[in-house]
Amino acid sequence: MPDDRVPILVDGQPFEAPRDASAAVAAMLALGPDLRASVTGRPRGPLCGMGVCHECRLTIDGVPHQRSCLIPVKPGMSIETNRPQPPATVQTDPATTEVPPP
Amino acid sequence: MTDHAADILVVGAGPAGMSAAVRAAELGRSVILLDENPAPGGQIWRGPTDEARPWIERANAAGVRTLPSSSLVQPLSRGAHLASTPTGPVRLAANVTILATGSRELFLPFPGWDLPGIFGVGALQALAKSGYDLAGKNILVAGSGPLLLAVSAWLREHGANVLAIAEQADPAQIRRFALSMVRWPSKIRQALALKFALLGIPYWTGSWPVRAEGDTRLRSVVLADGLREMKVQCDILACGFGLVPETHLASALGCPVSAGVVQTDEFGKTGVEGVYAAGELTGIGGHEKSLVQGQIAGLAAAGREDLARELLPSLAKAKVFAERLAETFRLRRELRALPAHDTIVCRCEDVVWSRVKANASWREAKIQTRCGMGPCQGRICGPAVSFLTGWEVADARPPISPASVSTLLASTEEMETS
Repeated sequence: MPDDRVPILVDGQPFEAPRDASAAVAAMLALGPDLRASVTGRPRGPLCGMGVCHECRLTIDGVPHQRSCLIPVKPGMSIETNRPQPPATVQTDPATTEVPPP
Repeated sequence: MTDHAADILVVGAGPAGMSAAVRAAELGRSVILLDENPAPGGQIWRGPTDEARPWIERANAAGVRTLPSSSLVQPLSRGAHLASTPTGPVRLAANVTILATGSRELFLPFPGWDLPGIFGVGALQALAKSGYDLAGKNILVAGSGPLLLAVSAWLREHGANVLAIAEQADPAQIRRFALSMVRWPSKIRQALALKFALLGIPYWTGSWPVRAEGDTRLRSVVLADGLREMKVQCDILACGFGLVPETHLASALGCPVSAGVVQTDEFGKTGVEGVYAAGELTGIGGHEKSLVQGQIAGLAAAGREDLARELLPSLAKAKVFAERLAETFRLRRELRALPAHDTIVCRCEDVVWSRVKANASWREAKIQTRCGMGPCQGRICGPAVSFLTGWEVADARPPISPASVSTLLASTEEMETS
């Protein structure tokens, strides 16, 4: 493996990430920008690139909800995405986005 | 819990925080510089660029202690804060805290804006600097402000195919601004006049995105200019409508915030004893203003207002430029009509526009719909809803940054023992 690549796992699959990559970028290079499902199952990906929007949150080395755009890759790092299960359910009807009372 | 103490704590390692830390440390003060990112330089520099390197070297030479990849979670008592670091929770104590939390991009909702493949403008540059290879990608840049030009030029230099830039501001406004730039020989002028003309990327003023289309990813964007619509096929949309001062921490510390910006005197004093603010959170003005303000705050916090005073004329000049920027890139009212009834406004909780606008206030919308109640704490939808409705949108309550339960427990123990 060239020196400028780092071996990691993305959803269990081996991937060679650029050495300077953040976990978010590594996952996008491996799979595309659609990395997670929103609370109603809409496809989402990183938005702000600086840790503000939380749209890039992934499970990294077993720790869930990590802001992956702030975390540099390390050899052996395991990144798990939360992509919508195909077929992607895209819900836009207001009634379906109702949040049940606690 | 680990303790770190210093004369001065600086929050944010961008131009303002970095220059504040350097000037204070060079006067012999002990300084801790904390930032969420792994590399110093903030969002504008992101690491040791040519412009950042001298400041980073001076910070090292002056003995500034840096805490990278760390977030300030909440204030504990006066002068003490709970921070989360890669090695666990830390208690930071300082006589003076200088807030240099910068700004974030303003995102406005339009149908399809939540599709993967749509990023902020600064965001796309940040991701590219973190290894996102954009060579050969078809990129449309849209929104408002000088950042569109600077980032487009940068993307083009790095092999991306920038299709066009859609700037919502009026052509007449932009022309007046470009002419006035003669008086400000700054980076932005360079972006406007030089690189941009040389690169020949189409610059469509008075044009804005009204719709994004795709499946699980972005495939195309529809632009409008008030008369016609035009569809642009693209892989990526970089879209931002300007910058929003990051005031959440300042609010949590009790600093007065008015019209979305932290209020300070000329030296950066906030009105809360021992708390200064410098840079974009005191008003958007670019990194040149931030560098001046940071130095002023750093010198003043170290007790040398006499030295700080020498920089006040530069600050006055930077502020005139900031006003000119704000005037030129003022957002047009048509953008308020962009969200459809079923457009997601709050991305964290998937709350649609029809549900948000049925309320009378931000507070009511939060309670009734959970808008702004997700992980980002309204940092994305808050400024958008404020623009769409005119509502006053309150800053988040502590914890200011996401923290693990163990970190928060450390803060409770701290309070019980103090």
